[in-house]
Amino acid sequence: MSRYLRTLIIVLIVLGVLYGVDIVFHGRLISPYFARIAMLSGIAITLAVSLNLINGFTGQFSIGHAGFMAVGAYSSAYFSVNYGVRLAESLGGGSLGWMVSLFLATIVGAVCAGFAGLVVGVPSLRLKGDYLAIVTLGFGQIIVVFLNNIEAVGGARGYSGIPIVKSFFWIFLIAILTIVVVYNIVHSAFGRALISIREDELAAEAMGVNTTRYKVMAFVISSAMAGAGGVLLAHFDGYLNPKSFEFIKSFEILIMIILGGLGSIVGSVLGAIVLTILPEALRGFAEYRMVIYSLLLIILMITRPQGLLGGNNALKIWRARRRARSAAAKAQIVDAPAESSSDRNPTENPPGKEHA
Amino acid sequence: MLTLENVSVNYGAIEALCDISMRVDQGEVVTLIGANGAGKTTTLKTITGLLEPRRGRVMFEGEEIGGKPTHKLVARGISMSPEGRGVFANLTVRENLQMGAYLNKNKREIADDMERAFHMFPRLKERQAQKAGTLSGGEQQMLAMGRALMSRPRLLLLDEPSLGLAPLVVHTIFEAIDEIRSKGTTILLVEQNAHAALGHSDRAYVLETGRIVMEGPSKQLADDPRIKEAYLGE
Repeated sequence: MSRYLRTLIIVLIVLGVLYGVDIVFHGRLISPYFARIAMLSGIAITLAVSLNLINGFTGQFSIGHAGFMAVGAYSSAYFSVNYGVRLAESLGGGSLGWMVSLFLATIVGAVCAGFAGLVVGVPSLRLKGDYLAIVTLGFGQIIVVFLNNIEAVGGARGYSGIPIVKSFFWIFLIAILTIVVVYNIVHSAFGRALISIREDELAAEAMGVNTTRYKVMAFVISSAMAGAGGVLLAHFDGYLNPKSFEFIKSFEILIMIILGGLGSIVGSVLGAIVLTILPEALRGFAEYRMVIYSLLLIILMITRPQGLLGGNNALKIWRARRRARSAAAKAQIVDAPAESSSDRNPTENPPGKEHA
Repeated sequence: MLTLENVSVNYGAIEALCDISMRVDQGEVVTLIGANGAGKTTTLKTITGLLEPRRGRVMFEGEEIGGKPTHKLVARGISMSPEGRGVFANLTVRENLQMGAYLNKNKREIADDMERAFHMFPRLKERQAQKAGTLSGGEQQMLAMGRALMSRPRLLLLDEPSLGLAPLVVHTIFEAIDEIRSKGTTILLVEQNAHAALGHSDRAYVLETGRIVMEGPSKQLADDPRIKEAYLGE
């Protein structure tokens, strides 16, 4: 009971803080420019953490995350324009009405993107190896071509007139929800099965893990979350253009998780924030901006190929030491802790490095 | 317990196994020896459903298992320690063992089984919080075998457990095989190290280019001049 109570209190505090920041942002107590960057970081976090579930933890290389994001964005935008606005007005048009409307839009977007994930995942994840990369790349392109030619959502002109719900509260609620869900998956038996697929798919199969099914499940969850990220983006500026979902966007998300460290949630969050802020922070360098941006990425990859927080970060080593110490205490073994930190481990390449 | 009846397997147009018949009875240790490319691993892959036999049947406890998905075999009581060990490098020793008991939801049983694995391989207990990738080759092999036992198999398939290990470690591994057998688990052992394999098994099959060329009690085969010349280097 007390555990539920504690969880409830944490949830209430988080909601309170988010709401508070929301008020601060709305009251323009902070420059709208900074508020915008903070909110874009939130959307990026949702995308990066969800992609990390499939690329970092399950070890399946998807490079079409923007495609699923587009599915979520456009389907929810269509919903909002055609039904959401009326719904919000019928509920009084206040913030409550918009909350409900956006909530439904998020579900529509996530479900559509998840379904797209299922359609893409089922045939390509039955195979082992890098087929998923090729298929997702193709999917990303196909979606853009589709959107360019569907008049109902504006085609190549872009889709305008989407109700704008620029809410820090909503954006970070989704981001935190994504983190919590991915964290819980990774630390469950399901997550251990996903990680074992990444480590050695054949051995995982030999343990009784239905690898195809698990890969598809992880992929669908990841796609649905990308869809939710797309929903947030659609209602952020009230305008969508197929161009913003081209594969450069997928690569941007991919860079976030590689930079942050594949298989690290904190790393993904950090990568998302850094890569959202960096281009803005470099605006002072005018035309050299993208050059410096690329250089920074190259330097980082040379000095820390496992990403900022990939592989053995301080926190993990500390936790491993502590665990080893308690295990050693139980087993009455004296020499275990010294060997538990594995910095010098030559076999431990960052997962997914072979794809890079 | 396990029987292969006239099994043939192809890789494309190339016949890798040709009309193989063999059986493993309850409580036995049966070894399959042969040189590189003889078809040892192909045979195991056929048993575990990674390859589908073109002809013939693979039967386990009276049911046909040929071509059934690998992950379904664990529930039937077959467990495999794959060639090259296949430990989950970034998971700890303890987590690796937990993965071995993946289909078992009973926490008590898992804890008991883990204790047994630690008892059989005390080195694993010392290193339980260490990542499997940091273990030595011998320790990884112990982990792979301990992990395979976690599902409480009735039939254990061992693919080249002594591959690339120091002689002293090979000795430990084969002692473990004796111990596993003494506890009633049936073992099919695929080995290149014919000397050790024949010394620790009841019966043996000799594979050569996809065909079984000799079979019989291990002791008898170990004394056979042809085997001595071809596999034991005497």
